[in-house]
Amino acid sequence: MSMLAILIGTLAFALVAPVLGCLLAGVDRIVSARMQGRVGPPLLQPYYDVRKLIEKDNVSVNSTEGVYVTCALVFAIIAGGIFFSGGNLLMCVFVITLSSLFFIVAAYSTRSPYAEIGANRETLQVMAYEPMVLFMAVAFYLAAGTFDTAGVFELGTPVIATIWLVFLGFLFVLTIKLRKSPFDLSYSHHAHQEIVKGITTEMSGKTLAKVEIMHWYENILFLGWIGLFFVWGNPFSLILAVAVVLLVYFLEIWIDNNFARVKWQALLKSAWIVALVAGGVNIAVLTFLPYL
Amino acid sequence: MTYATKSPWVIHYDGSSCNGCDIEVLAALCPGFDVERFGIINTGNPKHADIFLVTGSVNEQNISVVQEIYNQMVEPKVVIACGICACSAGIFHDCYNVIGGVDKAIPVDVYAPGCAVRPEAIIDAVVQGLGILEEKSKALQEQKKGA
Repeated sequence: MSMLAILIGTLAFALVAPVLGCLLAGVDRIVSARMQGRVGPPLLQPYYDVRKLIEKDNVSVNSTEGVYVTCALVFAIIAGGIFFSGGNLLMCVFVITLSSLFFIVAAYSTRSPYAEIGANRETLQVMAYEPMVLFMAVAFYLAAGTFDTAGVFELGTPVIATIWLVFLGFLFVLTIKLRKSPFDLSYSHHAHQEIVKGITTEMSGKTLAKVEIMHWYENILFLGWIGLFFVWGNPFSLILAVAVVLLVYFLEIWIDNNFARVKWQALLKSAWIVALVAGGVNIAVLTFLPYL
Repeated sequence: MTYATKSPWVIHYDGSSCNGCDIEVLAALCPGFDVERFGIINTGNPKHADIFLVTGSVNEQNISVVQEIYNQMVEPKVVIACGICACSAGIFHDCYNVIGGVDKAIPVDVYAPGCAVRPEAIIDAVVQGLGILEEKSKALQEQKKGA
């Protein structure tokens, strides 16, 4: 994969993903409201929220917090660019993890006790989902024969056929990555379920707007990972992938609205057990089956 | 038009009320009234909030808390006194430790009396507050341009 393709992909992702991510967040809020028997906000509510945050006064406790959040945003865009331009999936995983680390450091840099609790919990979340995400990348390599996401277009069957167990495991940690209850330990979208506001306690105004936009990028990227399982040589498979992605997102909203938050111990244990069983077994089978 | 009026996030603090008004504030968020239709969401963080809903009167114990929350909120911001205790201390105005309504601690923009204040009255007060928020938001933008 050439550098130029990644640059063009990153630029396209930077422009298109926030529009899709914003609409997705709007749909999320409306569907959530309907599930609770409410009408819900307008579709463009997340956009209004961000525009309002940009209008707010600047009261950052230090000048570094904003820089770290900007870095987190930039690396989220690069990770998406690598993925959607057909680049290396493993590199994409590492870059998005770097983005998460910048986000954690931003919260720690404020030295607020509440933001630190949020940052601690975000660190636990990263620890919980990272093994499964890495297994996902390795399993993708074993199934597709390459780490390049563009490789799926040369396959005769989608990778889901051989790594469906990994897909189920990844579906489990996706709830953590999308910050949905029961795994929204560090930052919940629902008040009164949160210690002040978790990791974003000290973030306000433009900094919080950047965090919101970063979530739009992240959500589109993670759903792209889901779609990757269902794409093969047939161009119509892209439609199937989009349908599956929408179905999965609906499932996540349903989970979000029906389960109360768990303790961090339960999060860590369940995520690692799922990673070891789903990821470990599937990878072991793929690795040793040819020798049997 | 500014976007402040399209996405007013509220924080609510129960000073020393009987919780009646507090419950009505949350009732406004429930399916019956569903204020999220107007982009209003409840937040627990003063730094994220645009509108400060206070219920109950101000006393020696909580005056510093009310002021702290107000000071942590980011401009532009609006304060709404919900319920008669928050407006003027109501039936508690004679108590030895009660200082008075919320305006004894911080500047109040809208008063919503009632015991307990009805969710309709809270929504009306918030809508009035949005007008003030709009003015304050415009003033802040003018100030930013000037600077």
